Amino acid sequence: MKGRSNWVYVLLMIWIGAFHILPFYLLFTTSFKPMEDMSSKWALPDTWNLDNFKNAWEQANMGSAFINNLVITAVSVVLVVVLGALASYPLARYRTRLNKWVYNLFVSAMIVPPLTILVPLYKMVADLGGMNTYWAVILLHVTFQLPLAIFLFTGFIQTIPRELEEAAMVDGASRLGLFFRIIFPLLKPITATVMILTGISIWNDYQFSVFFLQSTESQTLTVALSTFFSQYISNVGWVAAGSLLSALPPIVLFLFLQKYFIRGLASGAVKG
Amino acid sequence: MIRRSKKPHPSVWLNLLYVPALVLFVVFILYPFVKGIQVSFTNWDGYSQTFSWIGLDNYRRMLDDPNIGTVIQNTLIYGICSTLFQNIIGLAYALLLDKSIKGRGIVRTIVYLPVIISPLIMGYIWYFFFQLQGGALNDIVQLFGEQPVNFLGDPKWNVWIITFVNTYQYVGIAMVIYMAGLQSISREYYEAAELDGASGWQRFWHITLPLLMPAITVNIVLNLIGGLKLFDVIMALTKGGPGYASQSISTMMYKLYFASQDAGYAVALGNLMFVLISVFSLLALYFLRRREVV
Repeated sequence: MKGRSNWVYVLLMIWIGAFHILPFYLLFTTSFKPMEDMSSKWALPDTWNLDNFKNAWEQANMGSAFINNLVITAVSVVLVVVLGALASYPLARYRTRLNKWVYNLFVSAMIVPPLTILVPLYKMVADLGGMNTYWAVILLHVTFQLPLAIFLFTGFIQTIPRELEEAAMVDGASRLGLFFRIIFPLLKPITATVMILTGISIWNDYQFSVFFLQSTESQTLTVALSTFFSQYISNVGWVAAGSLLSALPPIVLFLFLQKYFIRGLASGAVKG
Repeated sequence: MIRRSKKPHPSVWLNLLYVPALVLFVVFILYPFVKGIQVSFTNWDGYSQTFSWIGLDNYRRMLDDPNIGTVIQNTLIYGICSTLFQNIIGLAYALLLDKSIKGRGIVRTIVYLPVIISPLIMGYIWYFFFQLQGGALNDIVQLFGEQPVNFLGDPKWNVWIITFVNTYQYVGIAMVIYMAGLQSISREYYEAAELDGASGWQRFWHITLPLLMPAITVNIVLNLIGGLKLFDVIMALTKGGPGYASQSISTMMYKLYFASQDAGYAVALGNLMFVLISVFSLLALYFLRRREVV
């Protein structure tokens, strides 16, 4: 490609890049401006003021929210990977009629919006004493993330040649040993995908958190931010700083794991 | 892809491996789902221990609800229009960023970045952009000597702003899936077409598009499901207001349950949302799969 058309493409690309970076730019400038600063959000701050971050962190109880987010996300992701990979092995290898049925059941759960069942779930969790606890919300996250994990793992296991297992079986390995020593290590790329997709969506979750984690101590970042937002709607600097702080971990993670992230999403989606 | 086991006796006990997942599924999805259908036939308020069976009243109430038309219309706009925009723009981005131009990697990263941010936070950011007092957009409006516009409070604008924000946030997923689809198309088709003197447009129409059908199917179904159940972005930008102007089925449910203690009716609406999502995604699957070249 050369000449004029190349220039058109370059300009288009610059335009797209600028357009998509825009909200991040506004978030950035706003979060460093003190409340008295009435300048336009388009303008860079005169001085880079860190007070908003300090205030947001203290007022919105973000310290404990961060810990809650970390614990809930980490435990859920581990459970989704372990339970999902285990479940997918028989579903991928023994395509009996029963197993096809079970697989379809799991996968069709992907279209159930959590909200449609939240009302009965709310009563159930309350009756079991699970309000404001880690375990209840973790089990819910795990259940709702499992369908996608099973979908991705099953598809991937089917592409692993059976001969690998058959050879090991001749050597006398047990079925389960086989899974852990041969299959699970081979799942690395898809495990990374599942971990990233599940981790991001649990870290960012609002619906489950706002229903089941209402006490100040058990709040996650999104819930803390949403109460903060309705309380301090006039102080955009605080809200911007809080938003930036809670978005930082996924952003940093993404910038490091970008390749895995995009490749995993692409292969998982196209294969399905 | 699926190969029959050559062994006549697969170790059936291995099926036990999916039992933990299945138990969670039954307890936390299937049971509440069935329970929800039952609750939708009652006048339960969501808290008390007593409620009575009122048959189809909640569903009849839906038909008479003066706001339901707006709410369903909004839900469909969020679902269908976001899907259209995400796919058209996502495909255009993929085609553009597939060309070997310096810096395309950075632009891809920037377009994809919003996907990983909480939709609630994405909503807050755009709130600062569209808000009446000191909003970034109104700074520009005032620059032209106009009065600031209440974008988020005006039903003429806010439904489309919410659609825009949802599209903006997830166009990156569509782009990535289309890029993967494009990379799987063999160069040879294009070379042959070029020899036959096909124009760029003809090549796109007769080669690229048909061979992209699997990616189109995935994208359309994913975006439809995401858009029809949209919740966080609406809560961040307008909370569904003013009145019912930008309400979707999901935010209306939330309001009915938490603000009005109207659990029976809320669940009935939830079931309507489930039916809408199932019908739309199955229809999309049915029509799109048939157009895929095998």
